[in-house]
Amino acid sequence: MAYLTLTHLEKSFGANKVVKDFSLDIAKGEFVSLLGPSGCGKTTVLRMVAGFEMPSSGTITFDGQDVMGLRPNQRKIGMVFQAYALFPNLTVAQNVAFGLKVAGVSAAEQQARVTEMLALIGLPDKGPSYPFQLSGGQQQRVALARALAVKPRVLLLDEPLSALDAKIRVSLRTEIREIQRRLGITTIFVTHDQEEALSMSDRVVVMNGGIAEQVATPFDIYNRPATAFVASFVGALSTLRAEVAGPGRVRFGGTEIAVSGALPASGPVTLALRPEAAHLGRVDGREVVLQGTIRDVHFMGSVIRIKAEVGEAMLSMDTFNRADTPPPPVGATAEISLSGRDLIVLGT
Amino acid sequence: MRQENGVVRVLANWAGVLPFLLFAALFLILPTTNIILGAFRGPDGEFTFANIANLAQPRLVASFWLSINLSLFSALLGVIAGFLVAAAVTQGNLPPRLRAGILTFSGVAANFAGVPLAFAFIATLGRLGLVTVILREWFGVNIYTMGFNLITFWGLIFVYLYFQMSLMILIITPALDGLKKEWREAAEILGATGGQYWRMVALPVLFPALLGSFALLFANSFGAIATAQALTGSSQSLITIQLFAQIRGDVLQDPSIGYAIALAMIVITGVANTIYIVLRARSEKWIR
Amino acid sequence: MTATIHPARSRPRNLWSWITFGLAVAYFAVPLIGMFEFSLRKRRDVYSLDAYASVLNDPQFQSTFLFSVVMAIVTVIFGIALVLPAALWVRIRLPRLRPLIEFITLLPLVIPVIVIAFGYIRMFNTSSFLPMTGSAMSTNVLLSFGYVTLALPYMYRAIDNGLRTLDVQTLTEAAQSLGAGWMTILVRVMLPNVFSAVLSGAFLTFSIVLGEYVFAALLDRPAFGPYMVAIGGNQAYEPAALAVIAFAITWGCMVLIQLAERLAPHNRAKR
Repeated sequence: MAYLTLTHLEKSFGANKVVKDFSLDIAKGEFVSLLGPSGCGKTTVLRMVAGFEMPSSGTITFDGQDVMGLRPNQRKIGMVFQAYALFPNLTVAQNVAFGLKVAGVSAAEQQARVTEMLALIGLPDKGPSYPFQLSGGQQQRVALARALAVKPRVLLLDEPLSALDAKIRVSLRTEIREIQRRLGITTIFVTHDQEEALSMSDRVVVMNGGIAEQVATPFDIYNRPATAFVASFVGALSTLRAEVAGPGRVRFGGTEIAVSGALPASGPVTLALRPEAAHLGRVDGREVVLQGTIRDVHFMGSVIRIKAEVGEAMLSMDTFNRADTPPPPVGATAEISLSGRDLIVLGT
Repeated sequence: MRQENGVVRVLANWAGVLPFLLFAALFLILPTTNIILGAFRGPDGEFTFANIANLAQPRLVASFWLSINLSLFSALLGVIAGFLVAAAVTQGNLPPRLRAGILTFSGVAANFAGVPLAFAFIATLGRLGLVTVILREWFGVNIYTMGFNLITFWGLIFVYLYFQMSLMILIITPALDGLKKEWREAAEILGATGGQYWRMVALPVLFPALLGSFALLFANSFGAIATAQALTGSSQSLITIQLFAQIRGDVLQDPSIGYAIALAMIVITGVANTIYIVLRARSEKWIR
Repeated sequence: MTATIHPARSRPRNLWSWITFGLAVAYFAVPLIGMFEFSLRKRRDVYSLDAYASVLNDPQFQSTFLFSVVMAIVTVIFGIALVLPAALWVRIRLPRLRPLIEFITLLPLVIPVIVIAFGYIRMFNTSSFLPMTGSAMSTNVLLSFGYVTLALPYMYRAIDNGLRTLDVQTLTEAAQSLGAGWMTILVRVMLPNVFSAVLSGAFLTFSIVLGEYVFAALLDRPAFGPYMVAIGGNQAYEPAALAVIAFAITWGCMVLIQLAERLAPHNRAKR
């Protein structure tokens, strides 16, 4: 039985329905991300789980217990906010101990738990410091420690990394995931950054316009997107327009390509291709070879993204950097090979 | 663009501020300095502490004491009342229109001090005032036989509350806005009740602002004169009223004592305002 | 599954807020209602505007009110002429002077008004280096100077706030890079944008001057403030009518300030 169950959640603000029929089962210890653009309702769902918003309809159960009648301070959950929300008048140690103090835990036990938490987040001697003396990344770690100190049943994170520098974001997300694994705590993570969602989660919920478009593992979200929105929101995509040439076949750029996936009976169709599925030159196993002209080369370090004009489409190709092979110059002609199996059908 | 040569540039740089500085020097700093120096000037122009020593006469000491007492209580009441109203309107889940309304009205009320305010209260709570009459005719309660009187220490404080409370609302609202919503939510999620949040987080964070506001309200009350005079005539001998009478007609039979009184007043309000400025700077550090 | 009944989470908080708000409204409104009601009582047993008629027809009211209005206008003009250039210059040319200027504008709030008035009397009486209390005209000038001094903090703060939202520095640099000279910048860039802030300061100053008592009383000039006090001592119902008039004017000024602020460019653009 699922540990945390959200059933048919709906939320309207006045005439605006922000969350429409959202359901989700989360297993104990699972790390689930809610991923989507701003306004998709992901934060509202999180705040309903926390108790800061009342659902217009639907239920929320923790471990079999209906928590709808409980106020946020009675639900035994932890939350980390985008703006850290550390209490500025308290030291780091006092911040971390806050939930324990409110619960009436003895001073000695508070002390022990605080030390344990500070060690967990890697800031053992920052206890006496004040929040304004810490960097953004450090403050967020303290916020995490504060949330975990009370041993909550569920951990909620509301875009915790969005306010941080790119480098810190990457290192901190690894840390968060490690801590979460070590403690085995059920976690919901809200983000608009798909790299975060894909790299951290056991499962990802892609949301758009108040509904869940797809709930799956990161691998499935990326490689088997259920809808056009998921396909274009997660990861980079090149699109091309082709003509249906028969059942399971399309015509593009003078070539007929066998395609898996539901095709309309006839007429134009839009297909999408991940950049890593297109290759420069001829490659074994990629049966389709197209002629194109290099229009753009982005050297991004370990990955080189090349944009080539193929017929009327602009295809992106990701290749790994090789120290002995410089990237091709702009304007050169090139052969691009891909496989029909990798083409994703988006619609007409 | 034309390059200005050295002299022209200096002149151009200072042209705009010169009138202002000149005016301030001549009509603000100079007169005040004159007063301060006058406090140390004896009848023949020699330097003396005699004027300041003469402040120790019972009538003046009583006046100072009365003014300080009045200002302390008025400030305390104003801080508490203004804080509660501002908190209700900013944090208390009231419709946002009410907040705008209260702030606008407080802007008016803070300036409504002086003679008209006194008239308004006399018209309401004086012997023939609306409320007095209503209480007598409808509820059978005669507040005057019960000892109520507007022209007393507490009556004055009650009237002063009008502009003290509104001033407090105006200055504490930005500080209350600085309380991040996430702090309250974080506290709640960690198990705290509303009361615990206020006690452990919000009030400590606001404390410098509250203390600073107290100092400002104190100075505001201390220097007020028109309201008191219109309300009580000269029956409440506040130090401002004493000084007024002294300037008008040397009622204290000592031409130089006025300077000393003025100096003492400057010192008192100066200290209070310095406290306010220092504490306000401190509180702004936390609410970044 | 149907929705369960949720506790009214914020209702206890709301109740106290409404009670507090209600008490505040009562405290603020009742004196105003009282003064209005009292002002209508001049004629026995029936409500009338007799007190207002008496006041408005009083030649003393007319002359002192006119006097104060003229004073207020003069103060506003002089105050703007003094503060606006200073505020601009500090922002553009002399930023290091800012602490000094701000300190000066704080002084009239720190030093009690009565002390400043006292200072004027001693400094500018007939035996000083700048005698100003000799004639009525010169005393009036002195009085207006006093009003300007009192209004300095408010005038400066209004204009400075307006300039701050304007980002004067960047605007100046942009204008300069496009070839504009100082005069052009001042007249065509700054002034139009700062107009609403100046207007705000003007209305606030107007409201302050109209009701001012201490300066006018000590300098013995026939202003509206001392007139009100005199009436308060002599008449029964007229003071209340005067208070209503004074409140209406203060309220009117506040409304005009709000309107002026809505004229501000950054607010105008929103429409």
